[in-house]
Amino acid sequence: MKTGSDPRASVFVRAAALAVALFFEVQASAGEVIKVQMKDLAFAPAAFAAHVGDTVEWVNNDFVAHTATARNGDWEVNIPPRATRRLLVKRPGTVEYFCRFHPTMKGEATITAQPAQ
Amino acid sequence: MLRFRRGGVLTALLLVSGAAAAQDTGKPTDPQIAYTAGEIDIKAAQLALKKAKSKDVRAFAKDMVRDHTAVNKQALALVKKLKVKPEDNDTSRALNKQATEKRAELAKLSGAAFDKAYAENEVAYHKTVDDALESTLIPSASNGELKDLLSTGLKIFQGHEQHAEEMAQQLK
Repeated sequence: MKTGSDPRASVFVRAAALAVALFFEVQASAGEVIKVQMKDLAFAPAAFAAHVGDTVEWVNNDFVAHTATARNGDWEVNIPPRATRRLLVKRPGTVEYFCRFHPTMKGEATITAQPAQ
Repeated sequence: MLRFRRGGVLTALLLVSGAAAAQDTGKPTDPQIAYTAGEIDIKAAQLALKKAKSKDVRAFAKDMVRDHTAVNKQALALVKKLKVKPEDNDTSRALNKQATEKRAELAKLSGAAFDKAYAENEVAYHKTVDDALESTLIPSASNGELKDLLSTGLKIFQGHEQHAEEMAQQLK
Protein backbone atom coordinates (compact mmCIF):
# COMPACT_ATOMS: atom_id res chain seq x y z
CA MET A 1 0.00 0.00 0.00
CA LYS A 2 1.31 3.44 -0.93
CA THR A 3 1.81 5.87 1.89
CA GLY A 4 -0.08 8.64 0.09
CA SER A 5 -3.26 6.64 0.05
CA ASP A 6 -3.06 5.81 3.76
CA PRO A 7 -6.26 7.33 5.14
CA ARG A 8 -4.54 8.02 8.47
CA ALA A 9 -1.81 10.02 6.76
CA SER A 10 -4.42 11.98 4.85
CA VAL A 11 -6.21 12.86 8.08
CA PHE A 12 -2.90 13.90 9.56
CA VAL A 13 -2.08 16.17 6.60
CA ARG A 14 -5.51 17.77 6.75
CA ALA A 15 -5.25 18.29 10.50
CA ALA A 16 -1.83 19.85 10.08
CA ALA A 17 -3.12 22.13 7.33
CA LEU A 18 -6.01 23.17 9.55
CA ALA A 19 -3.65 23.84 12.44
CA VAL A 20 -1.45 26.01 10.21
CA ALA A 21 -4.50 27.87 8.90
CA LEU A 22 -5.80 28.43 12.44
CA PHE A 23 -2.40 29.60 13.55
CA PHE A 24 -2.27 32.26 10.85
CA GLU A 25 -5.87 33.21 11.50
CA VAL A 26 -5.09 33.77 15.16
CA GLN A 27 -1.88 35.60 14.29
CA ALA A 28 -3.75 37.89 11.94
CA SER A 29 -6.40 38.84 14.48
CA ALA A 30 -4.21 39.07 17.60
CA GLY A 31 -3.07 42.62 18.07
CA GLU A 32 -0.43 44.06 20.30
CA VAL A 33 -0.41 43.90 24.07
CA ILE A 34 -0.26 47.28 25.79
CA LYS A 35 0.73 47.25 29.45
CA VAL A 36 -0.69 49.77 31.86
CA GLN A 37 0.75 49.65 35.38
CA MET A 38 -1.16 50.69 38.47
CA LYS A 39 1.19 51.79 41.21
CA ASP A 40 0.74 54.08 44.20
CA LEU A 41 -2.73 54.99 42.98
CA ALA A 42 -1.78 56.12 39.50
CA PHE A 43 -2.01 54.66 35.99
CA ALA A 44 1.27 54.50 34.08
CA PRO A 45 1.10 55.36 31.27
CA ALA A 46 -2.15 57.15 31.98
CA ALA A 47 -2.58 58.05 28.31
CA PHE A 48 -2.04 55.31 25.74
CA ALA A 49 -2.88 54.56 22.13
CA ALA A 50 -4.25 51.24 20.90
CA HIS A 51 -5.85 49.68 17.85
CA VAL A 52 -9.07 47.73 17.79
CA GLY A 53 -7.99 44.10 18.33
CA ASP A 54 -5.15 45.03 20.70
CA THR A 55 -5.15 43.83 24.29
CA VAL A 56 -4.63 46.11 27.26
CA GLU A 57 -2.93 44.37 30.15
CA TRP A 58 -3.71 46.08 33.45
CA VAL A 59 -1.07 45.32 36.07
CA ASN A 60 -2.04 46.24 39.63
CA ASN A 61 1.09 46.62 41.77
CA ASP A 62 -0.86 48.01 44.73
CA PHE A 63 -2.26 46.08 47.69
CA VAL A 64 -5.65 47.69 47.16
CA ALA A 65 -8.09 46.74 44.41
CA HIS A 66 -8.56 48.97 41.37
CA THR A 67 -10.84 49.21 38.36
CA ALA A 68 -10.22 50.57 34.90
CA THR A 69 -13.60 51.97 33.95
CA ALA A 70 -14.43 53.71 30.68
CA ARG A 71 -16.36 56.89 31.41
CA ASN A 72 -18.59 56.25 28.37
CA GLY A 73 -19.60 52.86 29.79
CA ASP A 74 -17.87 50.85 27.03
CA TRP A 75 -15.86 48.67 29.39
CA GLU A 76 -14.81 48.02 32.96
CA VAL A 77 -12.05 45.81 34.26
CA ASN A 78 -11.77 44.83 37.93
CA ILE A 79 -8.18 44.28 38.96
CA PRO A 80 -7.69 42.68 42.41
CA PRO A 81 -4.62 43.60 44.50
CA ARG A 82 -1.33 42.49 42.91
CA ALA A 83 -3.13 40.93 39.96
CA THR A 84 -3.18 41.34 36.19
CA ARG A 85 -6.29 41.45 34.01
CA ARG A 86 -6.67 41.78 30.25
CA LEU A 87 -9.06 43.73 28.09
CA LEU A 88 -9.59 43.19 24.38
CA VAL A 89 -10.10 46.54 22.68
CA LYS A 90 -13.21 46.36 20.53
CA ARG A 91 -14.35 49.87 19.64
CA PRO A 92 -12.50 52.89 18.26
CA GLY A 93 -12.67 56.30 19.88
CA THR A 94 -11.06 58.47 22.53
CA VAL A 95 -12.12 57.09 25.87
CA GLU A 96 -11.50 58.68 29.24
CA TYR A 97 -11.12 56.08 31.95
CA PHE A 98 -10.73 56.09 35.74
CA CYS A 99 -10.65 53.85 38.80
CA ARG A 100 -14.14 53.64 40.25
CA PHE A 101 -12.70 52.96 43.74
CA HIS A 102 -10.19 55.83 43.52
CA PRO A 103 -11.67 58.45 41.17
CA THR A 104 -8.51 60.56 41.38
CA MET A 105 -6.85 57.88 39.22
CA LYS A 106 -7.58 58.94 35.64
CA GLY A 107 -6.36 58.24 32.12
CA GLU A 108 -7.23 58.40 28.45
CA ALA A 109 -7.16 55.72 25.76
CA THR A 110 -7.00 56.69 22.10
CA ILE A 111 -8.30 53.74 20.12
CA THR A 112 -8.08 53.68 16.34
CA ALA A 113 -9.28 51.17 13.75
CA GLN A 114 -7.31 48.00 13.11
CA PRO A 115 -4.37 48.71 10.79
CA ALA A 116 -4.61 47.27 7.25
CA GLN A 117 -2.88 43.88 6.90
CA MET B 1 -20.74 71.31 65.74
CA LEU B 2 -20.52 68.36 63.40
CA ARG B 3 -16.97 69.08 62.45
CA PHE B 4 -14.39 66.60 63.59
CA ARG B 5 -12.21 68.05 66.29
CA ARG B 6 -9.08 68.09 64.23
CA GLY B 7 -6.98 69.94 66.72
CA GLY B 8 -7.44 67.35 69.42
CA VAL B 9 -6.55 64.40 67.26
CA LEU B 10 -3.61 66.11 65.68
CA THR B 11 -2.26 67.15 69.07
CA ALA B 12 -2.59 63.59 70.28
CA LEU B 13 -0.81 62.25 67.20
CA LEU B 14 1.95 64.81 67.57
CA LEU B 15 2.42 63.95 71.21
CA VAL B 16 2.82 60.28 70.52
CA SER B 17 4.97 60.85 67.51
CA GLY B 18 7.21 63.04 69.64
CA ALA B 19 7.39 60.33 72.27
CA ALA B 20 8.07 57.74 69.60
CA ALA B 21 10.82 59.83 68.07
CA ALA B 22 12.50 59.95 71.45
CA GLN B 23 12.83 56.16 71.47
CA ASP B 24 15.53 54.48 69.49
CA THR B 25 13.90 51.14 68.93
CA GLY B 26 10.53 49.54 68.57
CA LYS B 27 8.05 52.32 68.29
CA PRO B 28 5.11 49.96 68.45
CA THR B 29 2.81 52.97 68.61
CA ASP B 30 3.10 53.99 64.95
CA PRO B 31 1.59 50.88 63.34
CA GLN B 32 -0.99 50.81 66.12
CA ILE B 33 -2.03 54.40 65.38
CA ALA B 34 -2.22 53.69 61.67
CA TYR B 35 -4.25 50.57 62.41
CA THR B 36 -6.60 52.40 64.79
CA ALA B 37 -7.12 55.20 62.29
CA GLY B 38 -8.17 52.58 59.74
CA GLU B 39 -10.51 50.81 62.15
CA ILE B 40 -12.21 54.11 62.93
CA ASP B 41 -12.89 54.83 59.29
CA ILE B 42 -14.19 51.30 58.72
CA LYS B 43 -16.66 51.72 61.60
CA ALA B 44 -17.81 55.08 60.21
CA ALA B 45 -18.25 53.46 56.79
CA GLN B 46 -20.26 50.60 58.28
CA LEU B 47 -22.58 53.15 59.86
CA ALA B 48 -22.86 54.92 56.48
CA LEU B 49 -23.73 51.64 54.78
CA LYS B 50 -26.66 51.30 57.18
CA LYS B 51 -27.81 54.92 57.04
CA ALA B 52 -26.69 56.68 53.86
CA LYS B 53 -29.28 57.57 51.26
CA SER B 54 -27.07 58.69 48.38
CA LYS B 55 -25.76 56.01 46.03
CA ASP B 56 -22.42 57.84 45.78
CA VAL B 57 -22.04 58.03 49.54
CA ARG B 58 -22.75 54.31 49.87
CA ALA B 59 -20.22 53.52 47.13
CA PHE B 60 -17.65 55.70 48.91
CA ALA B 61 -18.31 53.89 52.20
CA LYS B 62 -17.73 50.55 50.45
CA ASP B 63 -14.44 51.92 49.08
CA MET B 64 -13.40 52.91 52.61
CA VAL B 65 -14.11 49.45 54.01
CA ARG B 66 -12.22 47.78 51.14
CA ASP B 67 -9.14 50.04 51.26
CA HIS B 68 -8.76 50.42 55.01
CA THR B 69 -9.17 46.67 55.46
CA ALA B 70 -6.37 46.15 52.91
CA VAL B 71 -4.09 48.69 54.61
CA ASN B 72 -4.75 47.19 58.04
CA LYS B 73 -3.99 43.72 56.75
CA GLN B 74 -0.57 45.04 55.67
CA ALA B 75 -0.10 46.83 58.99
CA LEU B 76 -0.87 43.64 60.95
CA ALA B 77 1.48 41.60 58.76
CA LEU B 78 4.24 44.14 59.37
CA VAL B 79 3.64 44.21 63.12
CA LYS B 80 3.94 40.43 63.11
CA LYS B 81 7.08 40.52 61.01
CA LEU B 82 8.73 43.15 63.19
CA LYS B 83 7.65 41.18 66.25
CA VAL B 84 6.15 44.20 67.93
CA LYS B 85 3.15 43.68 70.12
CA PRO B 86 0.36 46.02 69.06
CA GLU B 87 -0.88 47.71 72.16
CA ASP B 88 -3.43 50.34 72.88
CA ASN B 89 -1.79 53.59 73.81
CA ASP B 90 -2.93 57.06 74.77
CA THR B 91 -3.21 58.18 71.15
CA SER B 92 -5.17 55.17 69.95
CA ARG B 93 -7.43 55.52 72.99
CA ALA B 94 -7.94 59.25 72.31
CA LEU B 95 -8.65 58.55 68.65
CA ASN B 96 -11.17 55.88 69.56
CA LYS B 97 -12.91 58.05 72.15
CA GLN B 98 -13.36 60.93 69.73
CA ALA B 99 -14.49 58.62 66.97
CA THR B 100 -17.07 56.98 69.22
CA GLU B 101 -18.48 60.40 70.05
CA LYS B 102 -18.53 61.36 66.40
CA ARG B 103 -20.34 58.18 65.42
CA ALA B 104 -22.95 58.82 68.11
CA GLU B 105 -23.51 62.29 66.61
CA LEU B 106 -23.82 60.88 63.11
CA ALA B 107 -26.13 58.09 64.23
CA LYS B 108 -28.71 60.67 65.32
CA LEU B 109 -28.96 61.99 61.76
CA SER B 110 -30.73 60.48 58.80
CA GLY B 111 -31.26 60.94 55.06
CA ALA B 112 -29.54 63.83 53.30
CA ALA B 113 -28.41 65.35 56.61
CA PHE B 114 -26.53 62.16 57.47
CA ASP B 115 -24.95 61.97 53.99
CA LYS B 116 -23.70 65.54 54.22
CA ALA B 117 -22.34 65.18 57.77
CA TYR B 118 -20.64 61.87 56.96
CA ALA B 119 -19.03 63.31 53.82
CA GLU B 120 -17.78 66.39 55.66
CA ASN B 121 -16.42 64.28 58.49
CA GLU B 122 -14.60 62.04 56.01
CA VAL B 123 -12.91 65.09 54.49
CA ALA B 124 -11.84 66.40 57.91
CA TYR B 125 -10.82 63.00 59.24
CA HIS B 126 -8.67 62.09 56.24
CA LYS B 127 -7.13 65.53 56.27
CA THR B 128 -6.14 65.10 59.90
CA VAL B 129 -4.67 61.66 59.33
CA ASP B 130 -2.87 62.75 56.14
CA ASP B 131 -1.37 65.79 57.86
CA ALA B 132 -0.17 63.66 60.75
CA LEU B 133 1.32 61.04 58.43
CA GLU B 134 3.05 63.62 56.27
CA SER B 135 4.41 65.90 58.93
CA THR B 136 5.25 63.53 61.76
CA LEU B 137 4.56 59.82 61.46
CA ILE B 138 6.42 59.20 58.18
CA PRO B 139 9.45 61.38 58.99
CA SER B 140 9.81 59.76 62.41
CA ALA B 141 9.48 56.15 61.19
CA SER B 142 12.93 54.64 61.44
CA ASN B 143 12.04 51.22 60.04
CA GLY B 144 12.14 51.23 56.24
CA GLU B 145 9.19 48.90 55.79
CA LEU B 146 7.05 50.89 58.19
CA LYS B 147 8.01 54.10 56.37
CA ASP B 148 7.03 52.51 53.04
CA LEU B 149 3.71 51.29 54.38
CA LEU B 150 2.88 54.66 55.89
CA SER B 151 3.90 56.40 52.64
CA THR B 152 1.66 54.13 50.57
CA GLY B 153 -1.07 54.63 53.15
CA LEU B 154 -0.68 58.39 52.74
CA LYS B 155 -1.16 58.14 48.97
CA ILE B 156 -4.28 56.02 49.43
CA PHE B 157 -5.71 58.34 52.09
CA GLN B 158 -4.94 61.47 50.04
CA GLY B 159 -7.01 59.86 47.30
CA HIS B 160 -9.79 59.30 49.84
CA GLU B 161 -9.54 62.92 50.98
CA GLN B 162 -9.96 64.23 47.42
CA HIS B 163 -12.74 61.75 46.71
CA ALA B 164 -14.51 62.84 49.93
CA GLU B 165 -14.08 66.51 49.00
CA GLU B 166 -15.70 65.96 45.61
CA MET B 167 -18.51 64.00 47.24
CA ALA B 168 -19.08 66.69 49.92
CA GLN B 169 -19.11 69.36 47.22
CA GLN B 170 -21.80 67.53 45.25
CA LEU B 171 -23.97 67.10 48.32
CA LYS B 172 -24.02 70.83 49.05
